[in-house]
Amino acid sequence: MSTVTGTTWNCYDSATMTPREIYGRTLAEMAKTNDKIVGLTADLEKTTAMIYFAQAFPERFFNVGIAEQDMMGAAAGLAKCGLIPFASTMAAFASMRAAEQVRTDICYQNLPVKIIATHSGISFGHAGTTHHCTEDLAIMRSFANMTVIAPADGIETSLAVRACMDIPGPVYIRIGRGFEPPVFQDENHEFKIGKAIEMNPGKDLTIICCGIAVLQSVLAAKQLAEQDGLSVRVINMHTIKPIDREAIMKAVTETRRILTIEEHNTIGGLGDAVGSVIAESGKGCVFRKHGMQDCFSEIGYAEDLYSYYGFDADGIVAKVREMMGLEFEADENWEDE
Amino acid sequence: MEKKELARYLELCKELRLKIVDVMTWSGGAHVGGSLSIVELLVMLYFKYLNVNPKRPKWDDRDRFILSKGHAAAGYIPALAMKGYFPEEELKSFNHFKSPFAMHPDCNKVIGCDASAGSLGHGLPMALGLGLGARYLKKGFKTVCLLGDGECCEGSVWEAAMAISNFKLTNVIPIVDRNHFMIDGNTEDEMALEPFADKWKAFGFDVLQINGNNIEEVDDALSKAWRMTVPTMIIADTVKGKGVDFMEGNVKWHYASADSALAEKSKESILKEYEEASRCLQ
Repeated sequence: MSTVTGTTWNCYDSATMTPREIYGRTLAEMAKTNDKIVGLTADLEKTTAMIYFAQAFPERFFNVGIAEQDMMGAAAGLAKCGLIPFASTMAAFASMRAAEQVRTDICYQNLPVKIIATHSGISFGHAGTTHHCTEDLAIMRSFANMTVIAPADGIETSLAVRACMDIPGPVYIRIGRGFEPPVFQDENHEFKIGKAIEMNPGKDLTIICCGIAVLQSVLAAKQLAEQDGLSVRVINMHTIKPIDREAIMKAVTETRRILTIEEHNTIGGLGDAVGSVIAESGKGCVFRKHGMQDCFSEIGYAEDLYSYYGFDADGIVAKVREMMGLEFEADENWEDE
Repeated sequence: MEKKELARYLELCKELRLKIVDVMTWSGGAHVGGSLSIVELLVMLYFKYLNVNPKRPKWDDRDRFILSKGHAAAGYIPALAMKGYFPEEELKSFNHFKSPFAMHPDCNKVIGCDASAGSLGHGLPMALGLGLGARYLKKGFKTVCLLGDGECCEGSVWEAAMAISNFKLTNVIPIVDRNHFMIDGNTEDEMALEPFADKWKAFGFDVLQINGNNIEEVDDALSKAWRMTVPTMIIADTVKGKGVDFMEGNVKWHYASADSALAEKSKESILKEYEEASRCLQ
């Protein structure tokens, strides 16, 4: 077992996997030097790996039992004492069971509660649809004061968890089940909330994605370069709200084809956030949203589902090829709009 | 309690009731029934028990009060004004454009208000968090949470009750305003709460059952709750619409507005009851 103290936010069952150690170290560091950090969970201290925090800091860790509404309300109360609560449970329960507590107790009162929601999207595929969550981005981005982040991997989660301390209000960080392979090799890149990261340069089409789609999009871009000679830009839009409008507008004017990919319903999530920016710009652009097409997921292990729904590199390659055959308005005069 | 002290609280209760009628008039409509029922509780909390300072409303060590039955803002907000958090004159803006005061209180707008509330079943979980936070920070402040009886239909109330008891918190004081009515009618007809005290006892609380419209009983219960050594809560049996004879125990007055004639009639009733109570003191 890992000897690091502190908390982790995923559900690795194996201590040999590095992302947990990365999270653990980050959070242990944070909690050691900041006694305002408190932790909450709702009977998922092992599943969300809050247990490391619990063991290191029992006097400031609170497991409220299977009671997510109570957890979010209590997190608001703790924040009212000047503390910085990290509340962790599965995304389905954080965003839906306790939605009103998040909206009314945390967002409306504008309290610095950090919600770390695990098992998002269809990452817990074999658990069945009750434990999937393809609605949280839509729900959370509609709450005023809320910042919404969907990190690409463990390293980015670690960076996001650290960065969210600088946000004075509430933050929602959605992560998967924790078995996803990493995109980043180390933490040596700039992570700024609200600032997208260009993972791959390109001029023919831009993929704007978050979460697990980032790695797969990078792989797809490589494949498309080798096989089709295409230059595909990949933008890691880790912050869904506030969205990086500048990166989107740059993609519109420079590549004029945009594909969004999210492990979420295509209604209300990343795709709609990007689509609004494009529509408001008045610029012509080929635009497609790739995600769950307003349906509940089939049952299966995550990797099978990712491939079935086209969230893997092959699925993304097929989407891009389809879009390359579409025409956009031949209008080179951008001054008249 | 000494007669002089009791006379002072009686007077404060009368004043608060008159203000509730004013708010009912100025606002164009207020939850008057459930505001009148908690007057004695608000007066005893704000004028005797809560360690608060209107000059330092955000003072870290202050006692906290959460009006979980947020719809009683028409009683709570005038009480804050009487305590001196803001001029009573400002109450005239109640419900109007850009007023800090609405049907349900907003802690980012109302000075002295510790928690936004209105959606039922939210206050006690927040009180739990305040209690846990105070204990971790080794601070001595208390958190009082005033719930409605109808509110106790909400499951989240019991999630928090379970946790307060589990964590053995003695710095959180839940009080239920047992005024017997929810919007649609008598609680026992709509969704039976009884045996109500037994439910709280089963959740691990010492239950203090009192007449919540009796100043001395409220005083006694709060004094015991302030010194509790095991989780303790108060069931304050009250009369909805208390103090205005034609509103008492009548669900019609859960929410109402008042024209000047109705306000006058209401105030007359309040003053009459006050005079009788004062006479009894002599």
